Amino acid sequence: MQDLPARHLATQATSSFTEHLQRSRPELLPFGQALPAGSVPPTPHATTIVAISYAGGVLMAGDRRATMGNVIASRHIEKVFPADQFSVLGIAGTAGLAIDITRLFQVELEHYEKIEGTLLSLDGKANRLGAMIRGNLPMAMQGLAVVPLFAGFDTVMGVGRLFSYDVTGGRYEEQEHHSVGSGSVFARGALKKLWRPNLTEEEAVAVAVEALYDAADDDSATGGPDAVRQLWPVVYTVNRAGNRRIPERDLAAIAEGIVESRTVARREA
Amino acid sequence: MTQQFYVSPEQLMKDRADFARKGIARGRSVVVVSCADGIAFVAENPSPSLHKIGEIYDKIGFAAVGKYNEFESLRQAGVRYADVRGYSYDREDVTARGLASVYAQSLGAVFTAEQKPFEVELAVAEVGLNQADDHLYRLTFDGSIADENGFVVMGGLAEQVADVVRAGWKSELDLAAAMRLAVKALATDKEVDALPATAVEIAVLDRGSESSRGSRRAFRRLGAEDITQLLAEEA
Repeated sequence: MQDLPARHLATQATSSFTEHLQRSRPELLPFGQALPAGSVPPTPHATTIVAISYAGGVLMAGDRRATMGNVIASRHIEKVFPADQFSVLGIAGTAGLAIDITRLFQVELEHYEKIEGTLLSLDGKANRLGAMIRGNLPMAMQGLAVVPLFAGFDTVMGVGRLFSYDVTGGRYEEQEHHSVGSGSVFARGALKKLWRPNLTEEEAVAVAVEALYDAADDDSATGGPDAVRQLWPVVYTVNRAGNRRIPERDLAAIAEGIVESRTVARREA
Repeated sequence: MTQQFYVSPEQLMKDRADFARKGIARGRSVVVVSCADGIAFVAENPSPSLHKIGEIYDKIGFAAVGKYNEFESLRQAGVRYADVRGYSYDREDVTARGLASVYAQSLGAVFTAEQKPFEVELAVAEVGLNQADDHLYRLTFDGSIADENGFVVMGGLAEQVADVVRAGWKSELDLAAAMRLAVKALATDKEVDALPATAVEIAVLDRGSESSRGSRRAFRRLGAEDITQLLAEEA
């Protein structure tokens, strides 16, 4: 800023933090680096994220496991983050890049809000995230893919909305529910059976946790509820009042209830 | 070719300072007050959308008087500086001191090197965990920087307004009382006791934003209804 006299300030004007970094500090961007030839060493991967809509909002949940090949890299990782007051995002894929893209996305939304004095529209946020994922495409081609899931409350329309993405940054609006990550096929099956219209918030949390339980049951890269370490999924809800993290003790009760009911049923699969 | 007249550096700087001071004195005043619950920013500003007060970062707010286009570009540059710093290091590494010294350098460089100095005066305030940790910096058009204690008053008739604030200021004031004091001070040269809600812009940095609102962002802009309610309490 020191070397920017008045006339430079005007030409630098942008409401996008990413664009500002691209011009002034491109080395700080998580993507856009030229990778040298060769194979990428193993890196931690984050896996299953589920998102569902319920009466008055949307919810997103993620398990706590990160894997590096067949090794568990972390049992404590968090994959669901608040993006701003009215939106959350979950990340699957290369954990290091995904966490940096999340951080960039959070600053991007806050930066816009501060510069413009108003919140970005939900579609605007979803498009910005798509652009960041597209920016990461060269890294994805090298095997460092990041696949997010985005959920937010549209304050204009008064509804919760879900968006999924592909590695090219393609943005797709989802109805009812969606899941990404290696355990998503199993979570999706569970969601199809458990989800119904107009779930209450408590019911929705239980459905999401059970879908993650099913994903963990069949996918080795997804972690189930861990009663020994007292680790439960990370769950955020978003509604008209903004986003809220579901407290640990509620999640403990729900997860223990699911384990108990399955124990009682004595079913193998 | 026409001969350039010689102007001594002293005269040149004095002319520029007089020019900038005149521009600032025409504007309406801004008061920034530290109090028990946080820091209140109160500006006389009839526009509901062109702000004199803005959020820079989690605990840092900005207030300005003078030419709108000039301080708005400085505010935006400040937001960029803070966001880049917070993103590349960590959120807690963004401080009002760092921001104020960057502003001082920019203002100083423009004052000496550019055709025309900035006709602005800025306040940068950071709310701390307790009042002793609050920082209030006042920056003038030539890049001078002052670390103020308790409150900052800027703009036209700053001395008169500051006298009222000085008389009424106590460190144990709560936010509402601090805001009322500032609104009263801004009305010193007017016929009325206090300015109407439509003529003021108010924002606060809440000291306890984490516990009360669950937000690390302490900045909160008050809406027209909040301000009306606040001013009605006084009557």
